[in-house]
Amino acid sequence: MVTQGRSGAWNHRERPPRRRRSWAGWRFVGPFMAVFALVFLAPIAYSVYLSLFRTRLIGGTAFVGAENYVKALQDPRFWSAFGRVAAFLAVQVPIMLFLALLVALAIDSGRLYGSAFFRISVFLPYAVPAIVATLMWGFMYGTRFGLIGNLNETFGVTLPDPLSPELILASIGNIVTWEFVGYNMLIMYSALRVVNHSLYEAAEIDGAGQLRVIWSIKLPALRGTLVIATIFSIIGSFQLFNEPSILRTLAPNSVTTYFTPNLYAYSLSFSGQQFNYSATVAIVMGVITMVIAYVVQLRGIRKAS
Amino acid sequence: MAATTRVTARALRVRRGNRHARVPAPRGRGRRSPLLTAVTALMLVYTLLPLAWLLINATKTQEGLLDSFGLWFAGDFALLDNLVTTFTYGGGVFTRWLLNTLLYVVAGAGGATLLATLGGYGLAHFDFPGKKAVFAIVIGAVAVPGTALAVPTFLMFSEMGLTDTPWAIIIPSLVSPFGLYLMWAFAADAVPREILESARMDGAREFQTFLGVALPLLAPGTVTVLLFNVVATWNNYFLPLIMLKDPDWYPLTLGLNAWNEQAGTAGGEAVFHLVITGSLVTVIPLIAAFLLLQRYWRSGLASGGVKQ
Repeated sequence: MVTQGRSGAWNHRERPPRRRRSWAGWRFVGPFMAVFALVFLAPIAYSVYLSLFRTRLIGGTAFVGAENYVKALQDPRFWSAFGRVAAFLAVQVPIMLFLALLVALAIDSGRLYGSAFFRISVFLPYAVPAIVATLMWGFMYGTRFGLIGNLNETFGVTLPDPLSPELILASIGNIVTWEFVGYNMLIMYSALRVVNHSLYEAAEIDGAGQLRVIWSIKLPALRGTLVIATIFSIIGSFQLFNEPSILRTLAPNSVTTYFTPNLYAYSLSFSGQQFNYSATVAIVMGVITMVIAYVVQLRGIRKAS
Repeated sequence: MAATTRVTARALRVRRGNRHARVPAPRGRGRRSPLLTAVTALMLVYTLLPLAWLLINATKTQEGLLDSFGLWFAGDFALLDNLVTTFTYGGGVFTRWLLNTLLYVVAGAGGATLLATLGGYGLAHFDFPGKKAVFAIVIGAVAVPGTALAVPTFLMFSEMGLTDTPWAIIIPSLVSPFGLYLMWAFAADAVPREILESARMDGAREFQTFLGVALPLLAPGTVTVLLFNVVATWNNYFLPLIMLKDPDWYPLTLGLNAWNEQAGTAGGEAVFHLVITGSLVTVIPLIAAFLLLQRYWRSGLASGGVKQ
């Protein structure tokens, strides 16, 4: 068989179907697609529609074509927000994925005492809601009654304030890393678990050491998973909202209303009533996200071939 | 390398195992290393420390919070008092938030899992007109920033009179493109085509075949998707923040945020001890679910052994 060596589902899609085409499948897929159309397709269409108009208190709604888009692309607040999440992406995502990779490799090596405990404990923060994670870290960051405050008092020092405008982005990066490092570790570990057993035996016969096995067998086996994890992290970074929005309560001077593109779109809508412009900002950000995710995927493929 | 064109699909598949990998990778090759264990334990300190902080500080009074060391207990052990106050403060509003959250999780995550299981099975085992379009749209949707949809969804729901009702939370929670994708990949592998054909040969109707033959085989995948949907719904913050104004419909996440913000409002009472105890109560059910269902979701996520 031509497709030998690929996984089962793969075969199904490429193998010519034995069954006659019929509408029976829609009975299973239909319910999902109906709700999907209501909460995904309709809002996207509506949002494109909104972005082409302008509403004023006096004068009502008018078609303005691409005017909102031109405005968004020249909006310093939008670009400031974009620059912030881009910097976040460039620093936080590599650190998080690298840590996740190290832990996954350590657990997979079979050389840890209590590896099951490690696996579940590192994963646990994934189950913690962003609001709780942010509040916990936010309280701990506090210079007044948080851990930083305790340290300052105990040692008579003045540590830099993690909630200051200079450090707030790094502090958010720490919270996000804490939340998702275990999730990424788990999907990498799952990918490592299914590496072909005989490759390890062959490597052992060839006298390859642990590092050599990691470099030549495990890392190539993880490529697809790393591409996926990177894409999801990109999407996550560009959507950054919960953590800065919740930290605003604790550090109002450090988190502006246009701290991230999402926060900006939210503020435009729900404090500014500028729904048309807000939809435009969201669309521009969505398109940028998809383009970057697509480029990462293409690069991942090219390197693989 | 085979099939380089669809890295996305491949990577997800690789995660769940391929035909060569039925034999588990050797465990415990070489000796266990105290050094490696100690270094990796640093990561453990990082992930568990905040949870320890939460547990410790849930035992403190509002005053104790302010004047004791963060990582150790204050003089008086007030956990029980805090729990009672959490559930009774403001006329028992926390209990209401908890019940709301349960409603959203049961209806939203439960419904999402049902739709994803049906849809994934349909995509894996049927050929129907428009199937390619369904694939393209749903895979594309995984990449759409979910929050980009928030404003238009809010405006639409507002016109339909759904905002400030549970429907505004439940309906959007019903769709999980990622869940559908996982279920499709899982169904293609876990349900052998031959079994379905023979069931059909015996004259079983499609839904009978699905319920009697396919569903039991899909169980590990379903539990995995359910668990991740439960986490997404239980922890959802952005959607309710936009859709709900009435605190009576808040889920726990919005409620906790409201309590946290209360100290900053004019004349508001600082209830950080309740924010912390409430956070603990919010976190425990999910952690318990993950621990108790470990066997299922790990086999769903990583199953090399589904077919054994």
